[in-house]
Amino acid sequence: MAFDQILLARAQFAFTISFHIIFPAFTIGLSAYIATVLVMWLVTGREHYHRLARFWTKIFAVSFAMGVVSGIVLSYQFGTNWSRFSVVVGNVVAPLIGYEVLTAFFLEATFLGVMLFGWRRVPPWLHVLSAICVAAGTSMSAFWILAANSWMQTPAGHEVRDGIAYPLDWFAIIFNPSFPYRFAHMLTAAYLTTSFVVLAVGARYLVAGRHLDEARTMLRMAVGFIAIVAPLQLVIGDQHGLNTLVHQPVKIAAIEAHWDGSKPGDLVLFAWPDDKAETNHYEIAIPRGASLVLRHDPNGLFEGLNSVPAADRPPVAPAFFAFRAMVGIGFVMIAAGLIGVALWWRGRLFDTRWYLALASQGWWIGFVAVIAGWTVTESGRQPWLATGILRTADSVSPVPAMTIAISLALFVIVYGIVFAMGIYYINRLIARGPEGHAGEAPARGLPNRPLSAAEEAGREMFTASGRPRR
Amino acid sequence: MEWYLPVIWAALIGVAVAFYVILDGFDLGIGILFPFGENEEERDQMMNSVAPFWDGNETWLVLGGGGLWVAFPQAYAVIMPALYVPVIVMLLALVFRGVAFEFRWIAVTSKKYWNFAFVAGSELAAFAQGVILGGLIQGINVDNGQFAGGPLDWFTPFALLCGCALVAGYALLGATWLVMKTEGAIAANARANAQTLIVVVIGFMAAVSLWTPLAFPRIFERWFSLPNLFYLAPIPIITALVAYAAWRALARGAEYLPFFCAIALFLLGYLGLVISSYPYLVPPSLTVWQTAAAPTSQLFTLIGTAILLPIILFYYGFIYWLFRGKVRPGEGYH
Repeated sequence: MAFDQILLARAQFAFTISFHIIFPAFTIGLSAYIATVLVMWLVTGREHYHRLARFWTKIFAVSFAMGVVSGIVLSYQFGTNWSRFSVVVGNVVAPLIGYEVLTAFFLEATFLGVMLFGWRRVPPWLHVLSAICVAAGTSMSAFWILAANSWMQTPAGHEVRDGIAYPLDWFAIIFNPSFPYRFAHMLTAAYLTTSFVVLAVGARYLVAGRHLDEARTMLRMAVGFIAIVAPLQLVIGDQHGLNTLVHQPVKIAAIEAHWDGSKPGDLVLFAWPDDKAETNHYEIAIPRGASLVLRHDPNGLFEGLNSVPAADRPPVAPAFFAFRAMVGIGFVMIAAGLIGVALWWRGRLFDTRWYLALASQGWWIGFVAVIAGWTVTESGRQPWLATGILRTADSVSPVPAMTIAISLALFVIVYGIVFAMGIYYINRLIARGPEGHAGEAPARGLPNRPLSAAEEAGREMFTASGRPRR
Repeated sequence: MEWYLPVIWAALIGVAVAFYVILDGFDLGIGILFPFGENEEERDQMMNSVAPFWDGNETWLVLGGGGLWVAFPQAYAVIMPALYVPVIVMLLALVFRGVAFEFRWIAVTSKKYWNFAFVAGSELAAFAQGVILGGLIQGINVDNGQFAGGPLDWFTPFALLCGCALVAGYALLGATWLVMKTEGAIAANARANAQTLIVVVIGFMAAVSLWTPLAFPRIFERWFSLPNLFYLAPIPIITALVAYAAWRALARGAEYLPFFCAIALFLLGYLGLVISSYPYLVPPSLTVWQTAAAPTSQLFTLIGTAILLPIILFYYGFIYWLFRGKVRPGEGYH
C-alpha cells in the first residue's frame, strides 16, 4: 500500500475520532450530572434543581446530536478506510461494537426522546428514569468501545490462523489486561471533563451575579466532585501506567523518552526526542526519577526504546509531549479541587473573584486532557493497529489516495462548520441561562413536595455560609 | 450450525435494514418535504413530529452497518471501499441534518441556513442511500476476496435512478407520516403531496423492476424462468393493489392507513430486491456463506441479539406509544 494512502487514512481517522471523542467525553459526564440533579429534585422538591436539569438538558441535546452524527461516521469508517483491519480482527472486535449498539445506542437514543420531550408528557419519576437510562447508555457505550480498543492494545483470548484473529474466550477478550484500567481512567476523565464545564458555567454566573441559586449548586457539586475525583484519577492513571509497563513496555519507553534500557530511567521533564539519532536533545530531567516512579526503586531498570528494532517503535514525540500535557492538566485539576474546597471551608467559595474568574475560563481543560490521553495511548501503540497481530500499514482499504484526501478535506470543512456553530450555540444557551419559574413544571404528574418558607430560608442560610458539614 | 448461522444473520441484517429504511425513511422524508412547509410555524410542527424519534431511528443504521461487520466482515470490507463515495456523502449529509434538529431551534438569524441544511442533508442522505443500494444490486468487482474496482464504479445511470427512487420513496413515507401525525393545513398539504408521490414511487418501482432483469441476466433468470414466474408473480400484483389502496385511503381522508400502505410498498420493493440478489451479499460473486465471520463470533453476538432485540423493540414501541397522537403547535422542549 502506498505511503500516502496510509498517512491520509490515519489523518482522517485521527481527525474524525478526535472530533468525536470531545462529545462522549462531555455527554457521559453530563448525562450522569443531569440524572443526579433530577434525582435531587425528586428527593428535595427544590425547584432550582429542576431548572438546572432543564438548562443542562438543552446543552446536552446539542452535544449529544454532534456526538451521534460523528459516531455514525466512525462505525462506517472501519470499512471504508480500514477494510483489512475489518477482516483481520473483525471476528473479535466487531461483536464488541455490535454489543455496544444493542446495549447502549438504542437505550440512549430512545430514552433521549423522553428526556428531551417528556417534561410535560410523562410523570416525573418516568422522566428521571429516562435520564438515568440515557446516562447508563452512555457509560455502557464507553464500556464496549473501551473493551474493543483495549483488546487492540493488549489482545487476549484469541488465536491467529492464516493471519486472521479468531475468538477463543470472550471473557478474556472483553476483560483483556488493559481494559479495567483504561475503562476506569476514561470514565473518570469524562466525569472530570464535565465537572470543569459545570464549574466554569457556575463561576461565570456568580461573576455576573445571575442565577445565583443554580450557580452555587453547580459550584458546590463541581468543586466537591473534583476535589475527590481528580486525586483519585492520579492514582488510577498511575495504575494504568504500571499495567502498560507490563503489557506494552515500548509505549512506556516512548512516554518517558527512555532509549537505553540498561540504565535506570530519568524523569524527563522536557526534551526534544529525536527518533533518528535515538536520543533526546535539550533534556531537563530528574535523574533516576522514572525508575523511581515505575519501579519504586532509583536503580530499577525498565525496557528502553533501543530494545526493539526501529521498525517496531512508535514515534516518540507525540506520546512524550501528549503525556506531559495530560499529566500537567491533571495536576491543575487537583489544585483546582483542593483550592476550591479550601475556599469553601472558609466560606469564601462564592466571593473569591480570582478563583471564579479562573474557573469560568477553564471549561476546556478536561477536553484537552482527554485528547492528549488518547494521543498517548493510540500513538504509543504504533506501529501496530492490533498489537502483535496487525500493523497499521497493512490495514488500509484498496482506495486511491486522492479519494481519501478529498473525503478528508470534506470532513475538515463540515466538522469545522458544525463544531464552530455548536460551540457558538452552546455558548448562547449558557448566556441565556436557566429559565422558567417554579410553577411552570411539571404541569402534570406528581406535585412538588412543598417546603415551608422557614425551611427554605434555613436552607438558604446554610448554603450562604457555604460551610460543609463536618 | 455452519450452514444456518449465516442465513440467520443475513435475515437479521435484512430486518435491521428494513427497520432503518422505514423508520429513518419517514423522518428523512420530513426533511425532503420541509420546503413545502408554508411558514416557520408549520416547519416547526413538521420537525417536532419526528424530533423525539429520529435519533433512535438512525440507530438502526448503525445496527445495519455494525451487524454487517459482525456477521460478514468480508462483505463489509468489500462493500465499504467499493461504495466509498456515496457512503461518505451519506455520512456527511446525516451530520448536517442531524445537528440541524438542535441548531435550528437555537439559531436566530441563521435559522434559514439550518432549514437548508436539514433539507439538503435529508435529500442527499436519501439519494446516497439509493445509490448505495443500486451500486450493490448492479454488482461489485471483486478479486481474491477484495474490492478490485475503481472509485467511481458505482456511478451508473441505474444507481442514480435508484437514488432518485429512494428520495421519492422517503418523501412518500414522510408525507403519509404527516397525514397521520398532524392536523389542519399541514396534513391537507401532505395528503395532496402523498397522492402525487404514490404515482411517482410506483413509476420508479416499475422502472427498477424492468431495468434489473433486462440489464442483469442473473436477475432475469430468477424472475422469468419457470416455475419461478408463477411463484413470484403475486409480488408485483400485490404491490399494485397496495398502491391503489393507499391512493383510495388518501382520497377518502383516512389518517393511519396511508402510512401503513407506504410501509407495505417499501417492504414489497425490498422483498423484490432480496429475491433478485439472493444468495449473494455482494453480487455477483460473494455469498452469505463465503463472507461469514467465524461461527463463534456469529453465535456470540446472536445470543445477545436474541435477548436484547426484543427488549429494544419493547421500549422502542413504548416511546412511539408515549408520543402517540397528533403533534400540536408549540410542542417541544426548546
